[in-house]
Amino acid sequence: MSLDKPYLDVPGTTIFDADQSRKGYHLNQFCMSLMKAANRERFKANERACLDEWPMTEEQKQAVLARDLNRCIALGGNIYFLAKIGATDGKSFQQMAGSMTGMSEDEYRQMMISGGRSAEGNRRIGEDGDAQANRQPQGKAGAKAGD
Amino acid sequence: MAHITASVYTSHVPAIGAAIDLGKTGEPYWQPLFKGYEFSRQWMKEHTPDVIFLVYNDHATAFSLDMIPTFAIGCAAAFQPADEGWGPRPVPTVIGHPELAAHIAQSVIQDDFDLTIVNKMDVDHGLTVPLNLMCGSPAAWPCPVIPFAVNVVQYPVPSGRRCFNLGQAIGRAVESFDAPLKVQIWGTGGMSHQLQGPRAGLINKEWDNRFLDRLIADPEGLSRLPHIDYVREAGSEGIELVMWLIARGAMSDVARDAASGAAKPTVAHRFYHVPASNTAVGHLILENPA
Repeated sequence: MSLDKPYLDVPGTTIFDADQSRKGYHLNQFCMSLMKAANRERFKANERACLDEWPMTEEQKQAVLARDLNRCIALGGNIYFLAKIGATDGKSFQQMAGSMTGMSEDEYRQMMISGGRSAEGNRRIGEDGDAQANRQPQGKAGAKAGD
Repeated sequence: MAHITASVYTSHVPAIGAAIDLGKTGEPYWQPLFKGYEFSRQWMKEHTPDVIFLVYNDHATAFSLDMIPTFAIGCAAAFQPADEGWGPRPVPTVIGHPELAAHIAQSVIQDDFDLTIVNKMDVDHGLTVPLNLMCGSPAAWPCPVIPFAVNVVQYPVPSGRRCFNLGQAIGRAVESFDAPLKVQIWGTGGMSHQLQGPRAGLINKEWDNRFLDRLIADPEGLSRLPHIDYVREAGSEGIELVMWLIARGAMSDVARDAASGAAKPTVAHRFYHVPASNTAVGHLILENPA
């Protein structure tokens, strides 16, 4: 019997369950290695060489090199592990989270100061909120694409 | 006998720690948040316990994907602030209380809650940020702390119901410890937030405030809320709020053997603020009747 996943209909959201964890095991464990200052330095000096030390898929390595956090998460990454890459880059959690929305750093920050993203329209796939797949990327990036 | 005097609930946003460490607490962005904890720091001075039992979650710090304990109790004599990738936070070493921790483990495990006993563990912002918010930035924390880590990172995480029942068991364990200690139990994390995907930045003030209302008045009913409601309404990381139910479950009004009509806790302080970085900050102090 497969895992019961009542959370698959939440838009713009990946729940880190056993299946995701299995897929992302080496990606996430690579991220853990960045908890040591020496490993952060080694990674900064040669990212590709460090990644090649781990039995990750090429797709996972490319997602890390591109700092594409949405892709990393789709491939089994978890944000608390991926945050170690952001920390290595000197990024805050807000910068990391914002990068997954397509908004600019300032747009995302302003959204948070204005009270954050509403749950309205974002509870289930198929509603009309700003986290729905057909409304990506958000912010000016999306407005341009829609012109 | 030891006694739980109060429970404290607070978010544990890493950016709050960074604001403290970088001296930014007076900046307009952070001022309203720290103002909300002014009462709490004063209250803490006047009500310093002998031990804090601090429920939090490890954020891929002490526990990688190699081992994922659902409930882990820190029984060590001391716990070092972890390097989470930005370097260790400049905060004091956390002194444990191995005797009380061992007693709670013994009591709770025999009460059918299978805890993982941890004798070596670094502690991350989930534990140190609440200490800063309640105690400021002293040279040493005001009392020993028992870290209690809950898995809310990889599903399945424990249910609200399980957390509430565990809190009740912890309450019984504390009350049976043979030394006159004043113990506070803290539940940390939340409130609404989501750190991932196109839905990042979700905040739900109405839901959060309803959660606070129910945590005070109807924790047993609140504990029946399924995970999916947290995810849908409070964001994927809002699930951290199940940890608040552990602290609430340890209060005397909901003890398993409490007479019906047992006195409710007093709300000493309630605060809510949006945003701290990606997160809605909620905070409560509940005092047990003397």
